[in-house]
Amino acid sequence: MNNLDHTLKEAQKDFDQCQSLTDLDQAKAKYLGKNGFLTDALKSLGKLSAEERPKVGAEINVVKQGVEEALEKKRQAILNESQAKQLAEESLDVTLPSRKEERGSLHPVTQTLHRIESLFHSIGFSVAYGPQIESDFYNFTALNIPESHPARAMHDTFYIDESFVLRTHTSPVQIRHLEKNKPPLKIISPGRVYRVDSDATHSPMFHQVEGLWVDQQVSFADLKGVIEDFLQNFFENKDLKVRFRPSYFPFTEPSAEMDMTWKGGWLEIGGCGMVHPEVFKHVGIDSNQYQGFAFGLGVERLTMLRYGVQDLRHFFNNDLRFLQQFI
Amino acid sequence: MQFSENWLRSYVNTSLDSDALNHVMIMAGLDVDDSQPLGSSFSHVVVGEIVGIKKHPDADRLQVCDVNIGNQTLQIVCGAANARQGIKVACALVGAKLPAIDIKEAKVRGVESFGMLCSLKELGLSEEAEGILEMRHDLKNGTDVRIALDLNDQITTLKLTPNRSDCLSIWGVAREVAAILESEVTPVIYNVNPIQHSDKKIVAVEEKTACPRYCGRIIKNIDNTKKLPDWMASRLERSNIKSISPIVDITNYVLLEIGQPLHAFDHDKLQGDISVRYAKNEEPIHLLNDTKVKLSKKDLVIADNHGAIAFAGVMGGMPSSVTELTKTIFLESAFFNPVVIAGKARAYNLSTDSSYRFERGVDFANTRQALERATSLILEYCGGEAGEITEVINTLPLRNQIHLRLKKLNAILGIEVPSQDVEHIFHELGFEVNKTIEGFKVTPPSYRFDIAIEEDLIEEVVRLYGYDKIPSHHPITHQAMLPKKSSQDNHLKDALTSRGFYEVVTYSFIEDEIEKSLHGNLHPIQLQNPIASQMSTMRSSLWGSHLEVLSYNLNRQISRLNIFEVAQTFHGTQKEFIETEVIAGLTYGSFMPEQWADKIRDVDFYDIKAHVEALTSKTLNFKSSDKTPLALHPGQAAEIFLDGQSLGWVGKLHPKWQQHFSLSKAPYLFELKVSKLLQEKAFQYEEISKFLPLRRDIAIVIDESVEVDAILNAVYKAKIPFLNKMALFDVYQGKGIPENKKSVAFLILMQDTSKTLVDSEADSSVSKIVELLEKQFGATLRN
Repeated sequence: MNNLDHTLKEAQKDFDQCQSLTDLDQAKAKYLGKNGFLTDALKSLGKLSAEERPKVGAEINVVKQGVEEALEKKRQAILNESQAKQLAEESLDVTLPSRKEERGSLHPVTQTLHRIESLFHSIGFSVAYGPQIESDFYNFTALNIPESHPARAMHDTFYIDESFVLRTHTSPVQIRHLEKNKPPLKIISPGRVYRVDSDATHSPMFHQVEGLWVDQQVSFADLKGVIEDFLQNFFENKDLKVRFRPSYFPFTEPSAEMDMTWKGGWLEIGGCGMVHPEVFKHVGIDSNQYQGFAFGLGVERLTMLRYGVQDLRHFFNNDLRFLQQFI
Repeated sequence: MQFSENWLRSYVNTSLDSDALNHVMIMAGLDVDDSQPLGSSFSHVVVGEIVGIKKHPDADRLQVCDVNIGNQTLQIVCGAANARQGIKVACALVGAKLPAIDIKEAKVRGVESFGMLCSLKELGLSEEAEGILEMRHDLKNGTDVRIALDLNDQITTLKLTPNRSDCLSIWGVAREVAAILESEVTPVIYNVNPIQHSDKKIVAVEEKTACPRYCGRIIKNIDNTKKLPDWMASRLERSNIKSISPIVDITNYVLLEIGQPLHAFDHDKLQGDISVRYAKNEEPIHLLNDTKVKLSKKDLVIADNHGAIAFAGVMGGMPSSVTELTKTIFLESAFFNPVVIAGKARAYNLSTDSSYRFERGVDFANTRQALERATSLILEYCGGEAGEITEVINTLPLRNQIHLRLKKLNAILGIEVPSQDVEHIFHELGFEVNKTIEGFKVTPPSYRFDIAIEEDLIEEVVRLYGYDKIPSHHPITHQAMLPKKSSQDNHLKDALTSRGFYEVVTYSFIEDEIEKSLHGNLHPIQLQNPIASQMSTMRSSLWGSHLEVLSYNLNRQISRLNIFEVAQTFHGTQKEFIETEVIAGLTYGSFMPEQWADKIRDVDFYDIKAHVEALTSKTLNFKSSDKTPLALHPGQAAEIFLDGQSLGWVGKLHPKWQQHFSLSKAPYLFELKVSKLLQEKAFQYEEISKFLPLRRDIAIVIDESVEVDAILNAVYKAKIPFLNKMALFDVYQGKGIPENKKSVAFLILMQDTSKTLVDSEADSSVSKIVELLEKQFGATLRN
């Protein structure tokens, strides 16, 4: 069967010349298609004698197997080549910038409020709110600052009319909360407050956080512990020292200013004291049964110290270049 | 209150330096606002006497002086015209450091000079000076000029809290410092001045509660042109008190010294007797600061037979004020009830040293002594003869005994303060103390107006005992569920920051015009005393503020901005103010930051709509309306509803406002009430169907005015069998579509919950939908 021997070589040659899978399919038809050479050869076995048939049949199958192997080999080669080409074509400059989507940010004051809330939350304080347009009664009188009291001059107050003001501090929330809730209670109250003042260190609007803890045995020692813990955690500095010095707020007695160590000196950080019996009287709490402390902190102040912001006005100008740094 | 530290030290002897003294005061509640060394800091300048003087051999304008400085005589060349033999001068020695130069041995035109004779300017004590400083003759040669001029002083400024009126005088501060340091305070000497004439005024105190004590006397034959001694002048100057005339300066001196305000009337200008009464309605008075005011019936006055001559406790009157020509004065020292004076000065935009003290409380035990003290000084420095004191005393304030229970003290402070320490502290403070079983009965002195209840005494104890002696007690809280965290609005904020928005914080006030014409609030809440006209009104929307933030950033070459804020808005009128928390935002410029990969396009309505939808998982409805807010483009604005309740608006800025703010592109704005967005309801889970849905797409042509929402609502309402979801996926206008029409394409998902749907069932449902659209909206199916 010289003819058969030849067939394998010829098929090999045909396959080698193929460039694509289409070419290869055509070449395959010539040998293995319906009228392909090997198909024909197998068909013509019937014409052979019974003795010759198995022998010739076996020979054809050997060749057919050879052709199929060659075909498969070529197919793989073509596939490999085209994939290699695709990979080469599709390679990118991965250093090109991404399809950037900007991520916004929370205002630094909000971020500070979240820190404050989280820290006080962890020792069981909940959060209370109050209105910003506040009655004279809640902002002053109920806090033991009667009309014409010189302490009113400490607050440069925005007036709406004779009986309403923009709250000058968050302390009125103490009163509102104590009116509606019975001790023991632990709250902080963050929010906007207003004073008639504007320069690099004063803003007509700023944020305070008021704190209040009333129970049967809450003492000044507890106040010191809570404030010290808070400031050390807020500034992530266990060596931070806090000092208390006598001061005056009509709604606390004794009262103190809180200073903390900062860059080699002392820095005023807020006011505090034991809730004044007059305040308890206004809300119907027996000051022989309950006592407690209150404190107030400036949120912008804490933020400025934490991030090293020098000018208070940045917080309210909302320059994008400023906000983008707080992502 | 500003004063000379040396003055303070003259009453209380302490070895503490300035810093230590200030620390002691701060830690006892007297806040030292400022403490600065006085003036210039030169050294090595001594008192010298020119004992010989001759002309410089080679310079006409120079002289060569022999200056005796005590232990030796120096040769010094001097160019001052007033240098002459016999005068005492300030002589800077070799090695002296003056503000401008260091003094060295020198040859001046060939003559050796061992120092310099100084002017006030060269010592840094004055801006300008003519000639060298001539010093007092009684000074010893060689005395350090700093000591001779009392320059080693510190100017202290105290920021006193309103409760501490007892420290509104130098002697009062000294008394407090002595108590803190447990040392003695040198008393002020009050002489009883001899009566030298018999003239006296009749004083009728009509308002006995308002004026519990009144003292006055006539002093005749004074000379109000005399020069006061240097020490008094310099103490006043260092307290920043301007010199007016010797009589006024002396009353000011006594005010600073012991805290009692005094007033001197020119006696010859008074008509008849003195009365203390409330002003008549609109009673006119010409005040010392040359303003004319009309007083009200609540204002206390000192009056003569003619009318008000002083606004009691606040300010004297101009017509009866003392002048250079004044020969006879009526000197007044009174105690007015703080409640009566409080707020009075402020009501007329005045603030005086007198009113400041009277409204906080002046020591009523000192009224007469202060008058004697001032009389002594007047007689000594202005001459004159004192008359008898007219004194009217009514009921003085009571100083009640207050019971301090040690148990209470310790409970409040959280420590045990030893009983003997408590007693000692009250002794030091001049409080009267009596032991009881539970603690002490304590009576505060007349000069303490701030001690009324037990807690006030506790503060006194801890103030002197020291807050630093209280240990910090760190809270141990019992295990419990943490209270609900407050910042519920966090997830709203997070939704927007993750979409590229920056949170801003803007002022709650806005320009009145913006409030009216942009926010459309014709009855704004206005401030009586705004800080600036563009911050005069409480805002009812955040949009005005956000447009300002946009302008601010555009002016700084930022061209793309996404901002939001959560804040209160203010509505309502007198007595009924409503505060509503809203979340508002603005988007402006390109949709994405500028980049190479995608084509840049500007934001549009559907971008901001997506931002709004991202705020909640619930379905918001957007409806057009003819009540569009003034700020928005009426064709690109929608009212936002949740469960049928209006939450706010979203839309494009009205072109009119775009022009007003000079914006090259239109910003898109939204504002929603927060409270409804935060309501959380537990929801019920819905079973997932096991059967796959069938999808059909349809495209219809309808009038362009038909809103897609209306179509969807109509279809859902019709309860078409198997309809699971119908959603828009294309809108087209243009070629192939008639004018004023649009083509909208929907995908329709159909599903049966109990079996797999067959095509015929789905097709029948789609036919029902198409039929409905044809009937209700005049729609035609597009091929």
